[in-house]
Amino acid sequence: MNGRPSYSSGLCTTTREMLRFLLRRLILTIPVLVGVATLVFSLIHLIPGDPVQAMLGESASPQDVAELRERLGLNRPLYVQYGSFIKGVATGDLGTSLRTNQKVSSAIGERLPATFELALAAMFVATLIAIPLGIVAAVRAGTPIDHAATTVALLGISMPTFWLGPLLAIIFSVSLGWFPVSGRGTLAHLVLPAITLGAPLAAVLARMTRASLLEELRELYVLAARARGVSHVRAVLKHAFRNSLVPIVTVLGLQFGAVLTGAVITETIFAWPGVGRLLIQSISTRDYPAVQGCILLIAVTYVSMNLLVDLAYGFLDPRIRYE
Amino acid sequence: MSEGTARRRSGTVLFRAGAVLVGFAAIAAVIGPAIVPFDPASQELSLRLAGPSRTHLFGLDELGRDILTRVLAGARISFLVGLTVVSVSATLGTLLGALAGYFGGLTDDVISRVVDVLLAFPGLLLAIALVAVLGPSLGNVLFALTTIGWVGYARLVRGQVLRAREFEYVQAARALGAGSGRVLWRHVIPTAMPAVVVQATLGMAAAIIGEAALSFLGLGVQPPTPSWGTMLNGGRAHILDAPHLTLFPGLAIALLVLGFNFLGDGLRDFTDPKA
Repeated sequence: MNGRPSYSSGLCTTTREMLRFLLRRLILTIPVLVGVATLVFSLIHLIPGDPVQAMLGESASPQDVAELRERLGLNRPLYVQYGSFIKGVATGDLGTSLRTNQKVSSAIGERLPATFELALAAMFVATLIAIPLGIVAAVRAGTPIDHAATTVALLGISMPTFWLGPLLAIIFSVSLGWFPVSGRGTLAHLVLPAITLGAPLAAVLARMTRASLLEELRELYVLAARARGVSHVRAVLKHAFRNSLVPIVTVLGLQFGAVLTGAVITETIFAWPGVGRLLIQSISTRDYPAVQGCILLIAVTYVSMNLLVDLAYGFLDPRIRYE
Repeated sequence: MSEGTARRRSGTVLFRAGAVLVGFAAIAAVIGPAIVPFDPASQELSLRLAGPSRTHLFGLDELGRDILTRVLAGARISFLVGLTVVSVSATLGTLLGALAGYFGGLTDDVISRVVDVLLAFPGLLLAIALVAVLGPSLGNVLFALTTIGWVGYARLVRGQVLRAREFEYVQAARALGAGSGRVLWRHVIPTAMPAVVVQATLGMAAAIIGEAALSFLGLGVQPPTPSWGTMLNGGRAHILDAPHLTLFPGLAIALLVLGFNFLGDGLRDFTDPKA
């Protein structure tokens, strides 16, 4: 037995190495999160002039201004305000909405499921369009089919969601009457917003699928599989495509941030009752605590998603853990 | 045909297509408003929401203004935003990225942490937040888009400089007594330029979409200034009865952005063999 590496000790090393990687990534995320919270805190202090006057308008009485200043804690020293903001963020207390007097965290909590529903549906739509498009482009690389697929993908990236949304509404709601033009409730309500939000992601994903699959198709193991008599379709789908999935999944995860930002616009177009719409409504009513809460939530979700992708990548590709 | 040749050929096609689209838009922006017979602000209220006709090729908007005239005037705003945001972002980002990569240590730590925090905000979100507190105006849109724009260049250039500072000719220049400023300016930064030019071309597309998105949300250029995003925002209320209000400004944005994306992709095929 002596001198033989034991399986259990190998497993231990891997687990320890994985834990170290996990811990390092988590520690590196903390300063970023503190930076994000600091930037969101400073937003209210970037308002030109008196922020309280800006929130209440020029006609507000001095008494109302003083009351709101007291309520928001803006009469306290800056470092006290900062400390209390960070404490609030850490405990999930994002303040109270000026418009509805509701806790910002509850208001966001109520709308979060709608935003996630839309984001997930958009990612599903994007995957459904992008993967076949990317595979066809890679398999037929250099042919007119590839050029057409690449151009369609570039078109998808170039088409702004705030144009695509209304365009889809004109065609499928106004002309054909297939889907409702706004609101949430049924699956039919979800179709147009999900396509609008998913189209740019589909374009990015199709390009990534093409590039990643092309790289794998050049590998010797694909040639070896073909030499063993494996059919072309099987060699592409079962061998090359499976190996090209890691970067594709990574891009899908990293694009979650773009989906969240896109949701702000898509929710506005289709009157979808999510966090993005709450953000725009709060901006128009100068409800700055709600604005800060929405921005913070979206940024923290984005950072967390990036962290998850990073960790998943570490699990899938051991080389990353040694970096 | 070798793969490299195919890529270069595809790059040429993309580049030409992009150049045609962007060139056409640039000419339209420069001379268009001078040759159309209408003023972007003049109103014909009796004809409000009228569809495309021989006199008004793109129709009239909710206040009876000629949409073609406003699309041409809006092109000026888009180019102004794109060029300003890209030139300031690229200069600032290149400078800070080069300093971070070349000097390392505390300089790198400070710049990289700021970049990390700014990159923690997805896409346009920080721009939306900044304009929300600063107030909607063209100046604030430029400021917000530049604030989110420079970080991409900084990260790109830092990476390039980290590599370039180890090149033998850079070390030779240093050994010959060249100062840090000269080494950076003459030997290091030029190696990052091809990548910066590609990024800047794609950045034009991002800045144009960014301005239009902010204006669409009511946070950008304010009426009556004709911005494509503001026009789309105005068209939202008339999507059922006058879809042409939405159709033409959106088409203009999509084509110009497509043009810059074609140009950027074409340039990348030329300059980056691994792309």
